[in-house]
Amino acid sequence: MLTVSIYRYHPELDAKPYMQDFQIDTGGKDLMVLDVLNLLKIKDRGLAYRRSCREGVCGSDGMNINGTNGLACITPLSKVVKNNKLTLRPLPALPVIRDLVIDMDQFYKQYKKVKPFLLNDTPAPGIERLQSPEERAKLDGLYECILCACCSTACPSFWWNPDRFIGPAGLLQAYRFLADSRDTATEERLADLDDPFSVFRCHGIMNCVTVCPKGLNPTKAIGHIRNMLLTRAT
Amino acid sequence: MVTTVTSYGRSGLSDWLVQRVSAVILAAYSIFMVVYLLLNPEIVFAQWQALFDNTGMRIFSLMALLSLGAHCWIGLWSISTDYLKHFALRFAFQMVVGLLMFIYTIWGVQLLWGL
Repeated sequence: MLTVSIYRYHPELDAKPYMQDFQIDTGGKDLMVLDVLNLLKIKDRGLAYRRSCREGVCGSDGMNINGTNGLACITPLSKVVKNNKLTLRPLPALPVIRDLVIDMDQFYKQYKKVKPFLLNDTPAPGIERLQSPEERAKLDGLYECILCACCSTACPSFWWNPDRFIGPAGLLQAYRFLADSRDTATEERLADLDDPFSVFRCHGIMNCVTVCPKGLNPTKAIGHIRNMLLTRAT
Repeated sequence: MVTTVTSYGRSGLSDWLVQRVSAVILAAYSIFMVVYLLLNPEIVFAQWQALFDNTGMRIFSLMALLSLGAHCWIGLWSISTDYLKHFALRFAFQMVVGLLMFIYTIWGVQLLWGL
């Protein structure tokens, strides 16, 4: 039997959050954490968590699993369970709506700040804006982000300043558009980032890299943004 | 763009660069002092005074002192904006740090240059 300890909070019923323990029979199988949650949902219909694709593509079920952020659907028990105990909490730093469901508003506000879309003031060509294979290759490791928020909510700089520091997820996307050969707003994008908080609150501790379920490297992207700012200003 | 008026250089890039350059200067100064003291275990006051009478050493020391002031200001300003959430407390802390850095810098210049 696996002991699953889950963060519970129902704002209309509970005065404060608490941890609830469940015993689950996994049948000796190496289930994914999401499978365990689905088994628990049968026991307790009131348990709230987000999930959708159940294969690490949609980014809905980011949560804190035994102390480390990750996607429940692609995290096998064998990777995280120690002493037969699984502890599940919502992603840190963002307000809890209920149980494992968090309010991601602040996260999306930061994402919105980096203007995550192509800006191009040149006349649109007849068919499409072409890129060479080399130019396209610059977007690898950037475009794959699914905005699950595992990285930003693992970052102490984002914990302390979620309203001012863009956070690793937003900055990875900021660089994704700075690196895009079809984007012509590089100067405006960089000017928007040159303050002591937006980019420079990153101290390079690389929690974001450790937890990213897609194996991406926001710290490296932030380094590239710094280099672009430095090149532009010196 | 987040606006700040109490940070060292207003721009994030400038603060970041000053922090890095001052760290290199402080590291070089620290290594120099440790190596000098290790190579001169029997150092006497006259030798110590001669070292700091040298113009090159005075410039190096002044550079390290100014680096220390800037480095502390940027570092402690960052810490205050992370952990001190109450505006009045944060502002008071920043002013105290700024004042201390100013006093230490002037005091240090007086000591080094014997003004």
